[in-house]
Order: sequence, then C-alpha cells, then structure tokens
Amino acid sequence: MPRWAQLTILPALNLCAAMLVTGLVTWLIGENPLECLKLLIHGAFGYGEGIGYTLFYTTDFVFTGLAVATAFHAGLFNIGGEGQAYLAGLGITLTVFAFDKILPFWMLMPLCIIVAAIFGAAWALIPGWLQAKRGSHIVVTTIMFNFISYSLMLYLISHQLIEPGSQNPTTREFGANSWMPSMQHIGAAFGLDLPSTPLNATFFLSIVFCVLFYLVVWHSRWGYQLRTVGVNEHAARYAGMNVAKIIILAMCASGALAGLASVNELLGSTHRMNVDFTNGIGFVGVAVALMGRNHPVGIFLSALLFGALTQGGMDLSFAKPAITREMVWLIEGLIILFCGGLENLFEPFLAAFFRRRK
Amino acid sequence: MTDFAIELIGICKSFGPVAANRDVEMKVAKGSIHGIIGENGAGKSTLMSILYGYYQADSGTIRVGGRDTRIRNSQEAIRLGIGMVHQHFMLVDTFTVLENIVLGAEGGIFLKRGLSQAREHLKQLNQEYGLDVDPDAIVGKLGVGLQQRVEILKALYRGADVLILDEPTAVLTPQEADHLFRILRTLKEQGKTVILITHKLREVLDITDNVSVMRAGQMVGNVRTCDVDKAALADLMVGRKVNLQVEKLSREPGEVVLSVKDLHLKDHRGVGLLKGLNFEVRAGEIVGIAGVAGNGQSELLEVLAGMTEATSGEIKFKGQDLVRTKYRQPKAAALRKLGIAHVPEDRSREGLVKAFTTYENTILGYQCDSQFCNGLLYKRSHLVSHANALIQQFDIRPDNPLMRVGLMSGGNQQKVVLAREIHANPELLLIGQPTRGVDIGAIEFIHRRLVELRDAGKALLLVSVELEEIMALSDRILVMSGGEISGEVVGKDATASELGLLMGGGEIH
Repeated sequence: MPRWAQLTILPALNLCAAMLVTGLVTWLIGENPLECLKLLIHGAFGYGEGIGYTLFYTTDFVFTGLAVATAFHAGLFNIGGEGQAYLAGLGITLTVFAFDKILPFWMLMPLCIIVAAIFGAAWALIPGWLQAKRGSHIVVTTIMFNFISYSLMLYLISHQLIEPGSQNPTTREFGANSWMPSMQHIGAAFGLDLPSTPLNATFFLSIVFCVLFYLVVWHSRWGYQLRTVGVNEHAARYAGMNVAKIIILAMCASGALAGLASVNELLGSTHRMNVDFTNGIGFVGVAVALMGRNHPVGIFLSALLFGALTQGGMDLSFAKPAITREMVWLIEGLIILFCGGLENLFEPFLAAFFRRRK
Repeated sequence: MTDFAIELIGICKSFGPVAANRDVEMKVAKGSIHGIIGENGAGKSTLMSILYGYYQADSGTIRVGGRDTRIRNSQEAIRLGIGMVHQHFMLVDTFTVLENIVLGAEGGIFLKRGLSQAREHLKQLNQEYGLDVDPDAIVGKLGVGLQQRVEILKALYRGADVLILDEPTAVLTPQEADHLFRILRTLKEQGKTVILITHKLREVLDITDNVSVMRAGQMVGNVRTCDVDKAALADLMVGRKVNLQVEKLSREPGEVVLSVKDLHLKDHRGVGLLKGLNFEVRAGEIVGIAGVAGNGQSELLEVLAGMTEATSGEIKFKGQDLVRTKYRQPKAAALRKLGIAHVPEDRSREGLVKAFTTYENTILGYQCDSQFCNGLLYKRSHLVSHANALIQQFDIRPDNPLMRVGLMSGGNQQKVVLAREIHANPELLLIGQPTRGVDIGAIEFIHRRLVELRDAGKALLLVSVELEEIMALSDRILVMSGGEISGEVVGKDATASELGLLMGGGEIH
C-alpha cells in the first residue's frame, strides 16, 4: 500500500467507521443522526464564535498531544499529562501572585511560560527518574502522579490559594498584566472585528511548538538519540548514548509541553485557577498523539478534530437535550477506539484493493 | 517413478513491489534429505513459510504426498505432517521438555493425563531416533544442541513426516552439528523426509541427497548432490565465479595496540563469565577468537567496547588504561573517540536501528561527531551524501539512503554497519560475527575489506563461530571455552579438528 494512502485514506476510513457507529447510537436514542452531525459541524465551524472556541480547545490538545508524542518517541507512554498540566497551573498561579503587582507584562508573561514548563517538567521528572533508574513502569507511576496531583491541588486551592471570602474553590483573579492577549484584541490591532472568545495568542505558540517539535525530533542530535532509545535501547547503548539521561530528559520535555496547555487555560481564558481547569485535556492528548501518529502535522489535525468535537458537541447538547455531555464523550471514545485501538482494522482490505489495481 | 513428499509448482509470492518467489518449482522425494541453499534474501525462508502456512502464495500449487492442498496456517501444515524447526527456537525456557512438547497439543483441560500419555510417546520417539533427551529437564538449562533436539521432538510428536530445519547448525559446535546430522540420517532411515535450509555448502555436500539452489527469488537448480561440488554450488548460488579463498600476504605485526591482562567479569549473581584473560593484539594483525557461542566471546567484546564494566583486570589501549579511567560520557562513546570501533555480534539488536533509514544508521554511534553535526541541527543533505558515498564504496543495495534499513537483506545490513565502522578509521576494530546470515557474495567482499584494513596497519579482533572464517582471516587464533582461553594457534597452521577440540575445553598434547 502506498504511504500516502496509509496516511490519508486509512484514518479517513477509521473516522467514518466511528461516525457510523455514533450515528447508529444517535438513531437508537431517537435522534436524527444527519441532523445531529449538521449541528455538530455548524457548532464547531459554522460561525465566528464557534471557530474561536474550537481553536481554543485545539491549542490545549496540540500541547498535550505533543507532550505524549515526545515521550512516545523515546518509547515511553506518558499518561500523566493531566497531572503535569495541573502542576504547571500551580506554577503559573504562584508566579502571578508573586509578581503581578511588580513586573510589567513583557517580563511576567515569559516568566509565567517558563515556570509553567518547569513545573510540568518537574512533575514528570520523578516518574522519568523512577523509570530510568529503578525500572518502575512509567504508565503506572504517571497514573499515580495524576491522583497525587488531584489531591494536592484540591488541598492547595481550597485551603491555601482560595480567594478570601469566596465560596468557590478558585483563586483570586490574576492581574491584567499577566493576561495572554486574546485573539479579539490582536484582531482589533490589525483592524479586524473578531468575536469575543477565549482564543488567544497561545494558539500561535502552539504552532511554533509544532515546528520546533519537528526540528528537534527529526533533525537534531538530541532527537536522534531520543528516537534511537525509543525503538532500540540496545542500539542506543551500543552507540554510547546515556539511555537513562535521555529517558529522564524526554519525560521532562513531555511534562513541560503538557504544562504549556495551562498557559492557554489560565492566562488565556479563565485568568484565575479553578479546581477542575484541566478537565481531561491530558487524556485527550493521548488520543491526539495516537491518531496523529506522533507527527506534528497529524497532531495538529487530530487536535483540531477533538477541538471541534468538544466545541461542536457542546453546541449540540445545548440544542438537543437528548445528546448529553456523556454522548459527546461516547463519540470521542469511539473515535479513539477506531483510530487508535483498531487503527489497522481496514488495512488488509485497503492493501488488497491496491494490490488488485496494480 | 519416485514418490514425492512435497511438490511445489509455480509458486509466486510478492511483498509489495518485491517478488520474493518467482515461479518456483521444487520436488522433494519421500525419505530423502533435501537441501535448499541460496544467498540471504534469495527467497528460501519465504518459500518454506509458504509451505508451513505462514504466508499464502499469490499463485501456484502445493502438493503434499501427491495431493493438491491449500495450507492456510501452521495448524493445517501440522495436520498434513509438516513440522518445522525454526532458527530461533520457539520454546518456553522455564518449562520442562515434556511441557514444551505438549504445548499447543495438551489434549484436554487437565494437564495430567495428557502429560502421562505424552511421556510414553516421547520415550518411544526418543529411542526410535536416538535423540537422548531427558523429558523432565528444564529447557532453559539445556545446551543449544539439546534445545534443538527438543524442537525436533516437538515436531515428531505432532506426527511430522516432513521436517523443515531452518539454518540448524548456525548455533552448534562442529561436534554438535555432527550429532545433529546423525539424527537426521536416522530420521531418513525411518522414512521421514528432511528439508534443510542452509547457506553452508559443506553441510549440503555432506548430508543431502538432492539440493535446490535459489537465487533472487527463483529456483536456479535442482540437482543430485553427488553430481556437484562446492565450487559449482557456490557459482550457482551467486550466479558468477566466487573466490572462496581469502588472499592474504603474510605481514610482520607492529606495536601492541590492545593488551589485556587477567581480565575478569562476573554477572550480577557472581558467576564468572570471563576468567582471567591475557592476550595482545598488535597493529597489522587479525586475532581471531574461536569458540562455541556463549563461552564468553560476546561478553569480551562488550567489555572491550565499553558497554560493560570489567570486574577486575587491566585493559590497555595504546598504553592507556581503559578499566580505571573515569569517563564523563558513556564509556562506549568515549572509547569510540579514542579509536576503537565495534561491529557488534548482533547487528539487528545492537548495530542498527532497523526502523531508521540507511543514512540515519550511517551515523549511529557517531551522532555527536562534529563532521556530522556542528550546529544545533543535522544537515540532512550532508548526511545523505555521506551515506551515498558509503553505499558506493561498499556496494550496498538497494542504493537508496532514504530506505529503511530493516528492508535490506542481512548481507547489506551488515555492510552498512561495517561501512560505518571502517569509515571511522579506527586503530582497533572489534568485530563480532562479521558474516552471520550474510550471503556468499557479500562474505567475499567483507573478508577482503577486513584484510585490507589489516594491511593498512590496523589491529583487528575477530569473534566468529564460523571456524572456516576464523581460519581464513586470522593471523593468530585464540580459542575460548568456559570464559577462559583454552589455547592459541597460529592462523595458517590451524585445523578444524584441533580447534574443535580446544573449543570443547580439551588440551592439545
């Protein structure tokens, strides 16, 4: 089978299969699948606000997807993106609280981004170290670290960082000098009239990181070592690479990328930290990386798909009360199942088709 | 008219654009030993995989015992009485021989009855064919030769009339190989048919009745073994005249490049793997290390290459102590910088990253070298042109630096490793099994390159289980047995029987 078909037709077929099953379920609960699909697509891409939200979610998923992919290239399955993003949120909040009355925007913003990356990296460092030096399986440790981060953050937010006098588990609002410029403002600077959405400049940052990811993984010395460790540890050792160090660094890079998703959420949108701001983005990152085949182009496209599903799904459940939030998760789950788990379901048929055509 | 156990007629099989088998015809007479020889990638394994049901032929007919059949999976092959002994054994190390043999044919939910029946049957088979295997031994503790016999027993237990053996002697000592051949002859006398896949011409001539020669996916000859000789077979296999003799002028060796004194290595349980080795390698000589696989040669190479730390002893490279020096980078990288290159024994596990392209593999181990990377990023065009140069010099095929190395034949993969390590222009080259799984044409080429390197005044330490290779290349031969050097022989005076004796740990009187 030609490579282009493997990269285009196969994922498209998988997507169609997932949609077909979703349609069936929708029909079973008494809704018109085609109408729902139309509502979903309209919700995601049909109007300015929808597009804004879609791209906002896309930004989250690009970061968490890149995070999972970085670890994956080193042969590690980092399921801890959620916790790493969560901890990065703590880093951002502490930085903002310490400096938002002192530093100007152009100093505070880079500082926040760096601290977010460092906190995310630090939270991934421990599982990485345990894997590299003690052989503790990364999947187990990162899952446990997710739980630890939930408990830790819940305690910190509800007991320590909570806004005085507030009934909600949320911090005080960040100073405006720590806000990421929203797309509406950026558009206004260029004379464009954009709707008010949470979409912000972090979106551009995510694209920059896609390019960086490509260069580092496929064209740098470190990326070469990363990929060697990922596919053949014996060869890495033979080639004189420090396998443990590469594993630890890969986890740190992965955690740092996951941490950047928090920049989008906290500095770009909510401007304060809530208890549940991560809301599963770390896990969606696993699906995004899987479906995007750990390549930045694929990751961007599948992040866009999941962004559209999140936004369109919300619009859909608003219009059709029978389609609940859980239904949207079902759709996401089916897509993950068909594009990840059953990735090669149609491969034999497609391969046979290409053989016959020759 | 002879009865045929297996007839293959017009078998075709392609993988994508590659035709692995083209219109292959082969007839195997009942009760004979039939050899299949051919270079690596000639299509022998594909053909046998079709016969054993791993692959389906695109077209063609398979006849077993005169009847047209379709073999869709290995169960069907077993039902038709075809058994296979793989090159890499399919045994569970922690199980006993008996448990391994009933595996997949347990005969019921409860093991006990099946096992006791199997024990009886096994006893019978053991006696009938002189296999001499203890049914209660733990497989992992058996030697390679015995494990192979367990595989043969397994096939016979399942009622195999036709036994396919894939490169069976690759892991055996000459003595063990002889034992195997005795077993195969017994099998033949009892009316079984044996198909032997190999690339060793001597074996084919020694034991087979008929031989089929494959080249580039086609059957280029079906002959009676008594009608051919070694040279004729080699020419058929390669399709041109082959020079099996390595041309080598005698040469005075120079200064000592590597000296090893009282080298010890223990594993994590404290079992000695290397027990007090002493030897030297000089500039301009090839020192061969002979021995049955698993007698410490692999560990010796790993220690010398800096992948494993020695427990005690001294290794000096051009006067510099390698054991006690502390390096800031991984030792394997540091030694490479000093001028020690290493062609590892297992190229697909260590020497190459199969998922990478050829050009990426040509910098493995040298990935931080300033000639490839002096800024933040690699310059891809530079790497590709470097790979192209190596492809030219070493005649690597296909000549596409962007192709994945895993798709190449074994011989070409080995050439990639060799090209990379020779290009580094080392003072000392450590080479493990330079021609394992490599076809004759490439062997000739690789041997010539190694001798060239020696003539250029480099020191070479060669580990190989192929005695012919050791004898052809080495100026001096050290024989290893049980982690010790059991003898040293001058290369040009060595004989196989003398080395074989030393390999078994015996002494020459």
